[in-house]
Amino acid sequence: MSASAARAAVADLRDRIRRLDGRAPRDRAALSFGVPEIDARLPDGGLALASLHEVSGGGDDMTGAAAATLFAAAVAARTRGPVLWCLTRADLFAPALAQAGLAPGRVVYVEADDEKSLLACFEEGLRHGGLGAVVAEVARLSMTASRRLQLAAEAGGTLALALRLRRHRGQADAYAEPSAAVTRWRVTALPSAPLPVPGLGRARWRLELVRCRAGEAAEFEVEAADAEGRIALSSGLADRSPAARDGRLGATA
Amino acid sequence: MGASAPPPETRLVLVGRDGARRIVTAVSRPAEQAGVHIGMPLAKAHALVPDLVTMNAAPAADAAALTRLALWALGHYAPIVAADPPDGLVIDTTGTDRLHGGEERLLTGLVNRLAASGITARAAIAGTLGAAHAAARFLADPVRVVPPGGEAETVAGLPVAALRIDPATAAGLRLLGLDSIGALRAVPRAPLVLRFGTGLGLRLDQLDGIVAEPVEPVRDPELVTVRRAFGEPIGAAETIARYAGLLVHDLCRGLERHGLGARRLDLLFSRVDSGLQAIRVGTALPVRDEKRLTRLLCDRIETVDPGFGIEAMDLTATLAEPLCGRQMAGLIPGEEEADIAGLVDLIANRIGARRLYRLAPVESDVPERSVHRVSPLAPDDGAGWPSRWPRPARLLARPEAIEVMALLPDHPPAAFTWRGVRRMVKRADGPERVFGEWWKRDAERAAVRDYFAVEDEAGKRFWVFRSGAEEAAANGKGRWFLHGIFA
Repeated sequence: MSASAARAAVADLRDRIRRLDGRAPRDRAALSFGVPEIDARLPDGGLALASLHEVSGGGDDMTGAAAATLFAAAVAARTRGPVLWCLTRADLFAPALAQAGLAPGRVVYVEADDEKSLLACFEEGLRHGGLGAVVAEVARLSMTASRRLQLAAEAGGTLALALRLRRHRGQADAYAEPSAAVTRWRVTALPSAPLPVPGLGRARWRLELVRCRAGEAAEFEVEAADAEGRIALSSGLADRSPAARDGRLGATA
Repeated sequence: MGASAPPPETRLVLVGRDGARRIVTAVSRPAEQAGVHIGMPLAKAHALVPDLVTMNAAPAADAAALTRLALWALGHYAPIVAADPPDGLVIDTTGTDRLHGGEERLLTGLVNRLAASGITARAAIAGTLGAAHAAARFLADPVRVVPPGGEAETVAGLPVAALRIDPATAAGLRLLGLDSIGALRAVPRAPLVLRFGTGLGLRLDQLDGIVAEPVEPVRDPELVTVRRAFGEPIGAAETIARYAGLLVHDLCRGLERHGLGARRLDLLFSRVDSGLQAIRVGTALPVRDEKRLTRLLCDRIETVDPGFGIEAMDLTATLAEPLCGRQMAGLIPGEEEADIAGLVDLIANRIGARRLYRLAPVESDVPERSVHRVSPLAPDDGAGWPSRWPRPARLLARPEAIEVMALLPDHPPAAFTWRGVRRMVKRADGPERVFGEWWKRDAERAAVRDYFAVEDEAGKRFWVFRSGAEEAAANGKGRWFLHGIFA
């Protein structure tokens, strides 16, 4: 079998799996990271737009939350249109989001009383269809709730980002429960590369793709989001991640 | 009375007629302190207070003013408001207290706003009209919130006059030694009915909510209103939604004739048991789009209790503003910004308009003051924050003190302890010096903060600052705080 025929067969199989999942094969629009190594690991060649994605922070304190926030802001920044940011506690510092590429004029914040109304606002924003992305800071997300959100994201064609924050140390791991999200990410801070002069260089993250529907888990070391919300593979260290080297399903088949 | 009103320290009484006698119908506070009370013959009052100022009572003008006040409350507080002559307002706050930040704050705000326009008012919220009526007149100082279910307990100690009974009945009860509502409840009902009629029992039942007490809400004849009455009572949510859509259609045509767009809609449901239910929705900008208005109303239908059925629905545009035409679509598709006004209205009606905002820059060097909330639909001026220094993604509500080991003045700390965890600083950037806003606050005349971004061994980045007076900061003295977390 030639390589191109194999590719077509794989693509056909993927479409059939998607149909079994209840998704139309056409909604394959995806938001590319602009990093070929990461995009290749995702079945759609990027973050599927009309889908739910979960982002959580590694580590046991608020630092993980901050990294996850910046990652979500960077993803949202690269979409088009206004962004709805649902939260229950307003400790977000907007200038930092602006520095990750999310201009203050694009973000509308919704401060909900509790998780229940937060999820309702999240879903409403997804169904609206005119937004670029909806980000929600949720502590708990049951399978049923995530399924609803995934369906809402498909209906509205909007990128949904569930920011799983750990507010205190005793809280269980956000990813202990299963969910209907298409991808699950975990962002952890890494020591940045030393500079020749005193000062702080660009921050570095360990970006784990914990779960990926129709794909495999992977791990990357990346440079944190820049002023346009782009991340880049960490230079010189990219080869250290075994997960980033194998794979590339289409090319090796 | 406006500018012609006498100054508040005047001993003023209003005088009305009771048959052939002239009696006092209202007293100002200074006159009351001098011993004049309502119901006293005018001749006696004059004997008590020689310099008494008297004016003729104008019951018709009072009633008209009360109606105007009710209409004002209708515009500001709730969809069901009724005048309760001679001196009261009834506001059904069901479902609206949330939008004003709770019942206590709703009442305080109401009393303060009335006080600002020269009206001394007392206000109370309770589960039944009877209990609220009694609490407002006998307990509020100047506001009182009766906890749900606590009505009977709260009013038990009040005099029987709090029951809204005529003075003769009240006097008769006092003659029997029944001074308080609690004492009245303790005696059997039947002999009381025999002596005073059924009115007394009815008032007690209304107080407890056993007997419903319908109010007749005020309506402004100038507002655009449409009504639908049903031959057969309706109750299903789908039916209500369908008729809501029809009403919105009629209303929009009415609004179009006047060139108006709705800013606030009140949908009133008259139930067969003469109870009233209401939905109030607001919009950030005037709207005349049937679909959007219907959507907003239908989103709240779940809050309506149809009881045994609804026999009529009234839709009013309580607040309407001129709506000018706007070009809906450009020639090039896909180029225009998405319209999120509909979504903003929908969410604002669920969780309150104040909980929905955009964050806009303020020109202030002090980080916590560099952000303020603006309306989600405010025009985007494209302004941003200066991005010379990185800013943390999460800012602590107030900076938390940390213990540091600092080796050199003007240098970042070598190690610090925050929330019981000691972290070694591997790399750092700074200082970024922020001066206090001495032109705004005297206390900040000499205040200085030196911000450092520091990274620990694990790569976690924090925003710490040394705070102190300028000369102390120059010597490397001052206390250290952690203010934010980068990642």
